[in-house]
Amino acid sequence: MQARGGVLVDGVRFRYPAAEFELNVPAFELKPGELVACIGTSGIGKSTLLALLAGILQPAVGTIELGGQDLGALGEEARRKLRLREVGLVFQEFELLDHLSVRENILLPYLVSRVLALDDEARERMLALATSAGIEALLERHPRELSMGERQRVAICRALITRPSVVLADEPTGNLDPTTSQRVLELLIGEVRASGASLVMVTHDYSLLDSLDRVVDLAELTGVPA
Amino acid sequence: MKSSVLLAWRYIAHYRARSLILSTCIALSFLLPFSVTGLVGSYSESLVSRSQATPLVAGALGSRYDLVLSSLYFTGRLPRSLSMQEADELRESGLASVVPLVLGQSARDFPVVGTTPDYFEKRALVVAAGELPLVLGDAVLGAEVASELGLRVGDTLLTDDGSLYDLSLRSPLQLSVVGVLAKSATADDRAVFVDVKTSWIGQGIGHGHVEPDAESPEVLATSSDEKLVMGAATYEFTEFTEANQGSFHFHGEPKDYPLTALCLFPLDARSETKLKARYRLSDELQLLEPTEVIEELLGLVFKAKRFFDANSALVSVATLLFLALVLLLSVRVRQKEIATLTKIGCARSTIVAVFGLELGMLVVFGLASSYVLSLAAASALRSLLLGA
Repeated sequence: MQARGGVLVDGVRFRYPAAEFELNVPAFELKPGELVACIGTSGIGKSTLLALLAGILQPAVGTIELGGQDLGALGEEARRKLRLREVGLVFQEFELLDHLSVRENILLPYLVSRVLALDDEARERMLALATSAGIEALLERHPRELSMGERQRVAICRALITRPSVVLADEPTGNLDPTTSQRVLELLIGEVRASGASLVMVTHDYSLLDSLDRVVDLAELTGVPA
Repeated sequence: MKSSVLLAWRYIAHYRARSLILSTCIALSFLLPFSVTGLVGSYSESLVSRSQATPLVAGALGSRYDLVLSSLYFTGRLPRSLSMQEADELRESGLASVVPLVLGQSARDFPVVGTTPDYFEKRALVVAAGELPLVLGDAVLGAEVASELGLRVGDTLLTDDGSLYDLSLRSPLQLSVVGVLAKSATADDRAVFVDVKTSWIGQGIGHGHVEPDAESPEVLATSSDEKLVMGAATYEFTEFTEANQGSFHFHGEPKDYPLTALCLFPLDARSETKLKARYRLSDELQLLEPTEVIEELLGLVFKAKRFFDANSALVSVATLLFLALVLLLSVRVRQKEIATLTKIGCARSTIVAVFGLELGMLVVFGLASSYVLSLAAASALRSLLLGA
């Protein structure tokens, strides 16, 4: 599988309106197909960095290139479309929609967008991902009927359904027990490697770091003392 | 759009109780205006069509509304009557077909209408079973009377007692059901039709009893060779049989027998004008055009409806404000869901569309439920108010 999804951050500075906190990232590169763990203390800006890489937030200063495209040069609508196609997001609290079935949750990016066509190929991919995640028997159930581990596997399938070139995972094992964490992580890393995408995973679980290509300490990256 | 509809539907279906409560609020707030509109619509349609089928109504001077509604719907009781002589004179004038109505009695709470066979012809009523009344004591039932009382041709039906404690009143008459009318969706469905003479007997103007006979001293007060005087032991027949048909007779002048009203069907416009002129100066009688009276009545109904409409508008505005509040609170409660959709790349317009569709579906369900309920309510109210 060809490696995809490089990210280049240059001289980024971001501050939330009416907040003291400021995130400075002088330089950061995620090579295509590279899997990077991002560690750091709480409140240092790990989730903010992921939001910036996804184009959800826009830096006041600096540039972020995703797959060669400067996010700052794109309008909000274009960034949204790019995010739909190129970025897969995995959240700590899964963020599944309770009123949709597992099948519909996985296919959600197709249901909320005209950019992506919900065709047979997408449905086959959903089935393949569900099978790979071991949740193919749960497709008609609703999130509240699932265990935490099953929910996170559904969320991972949703993040990967569009074949994104970059997967951004914000503490995906934060709410899981160690055994389940290991299984979920194996699934995430295995699927990302198989697709050739690159991965930035924010985590507090240092036991997972060996599975990834590189570890970035955000304190070092930003020059803020830990 | 298809996906947005799916997402909206999934939300509504998943949170059934919440959706049901909101839909019910909408349904209830629109139930009254829908019911009143439906009721007024069917009320006016019924009144207008029935009045148009009856060109003129004659009766004793008194309330115009009472006379017309009694003649068309057999409701209420008119304090004054006109005489049979009036009907005879009108018939002799050749200006109109004259259909007499004798009202005031009831059988199992359905009005008993004394009339002539012309009534059925003028109203285009046909029997679904049996035949039209020909002789004393025969009764033809409206379709709903027959179905509600479970009566068929060959059964009998007692008229209602005027008062249990008034011994001077006539005892109930036993009527023989000889026919059942086909359903007409008018007040005729809920009436019992008899011959006018049967009605008069019911009012005590005519009666039947055993023939005075010197060999039956128990019914005689006094007897002599010249005269037999009947005593209190004489009883009046309360049913009509082949054996006692001949004994029924009337006292007094036939021209004085009372009629409640006359339905008049003028031969032509000229005859109608002459008829109106005939009654214009009368001190005792009035001739009414039911369509005119009904239009006046509907004017009153529509005035009342305007009050309901204003009230309903206020209730609807309150409901819409309530819905807006629910929507705002819902957006707040669903902030996390909105944030998730935004993060994965859902357009704001799509989120607004999904929320809008959810609201639209609830409103449509509410209005549809309200409409269906209002049909049932209007039908029940119609039957309550019009007896049809």
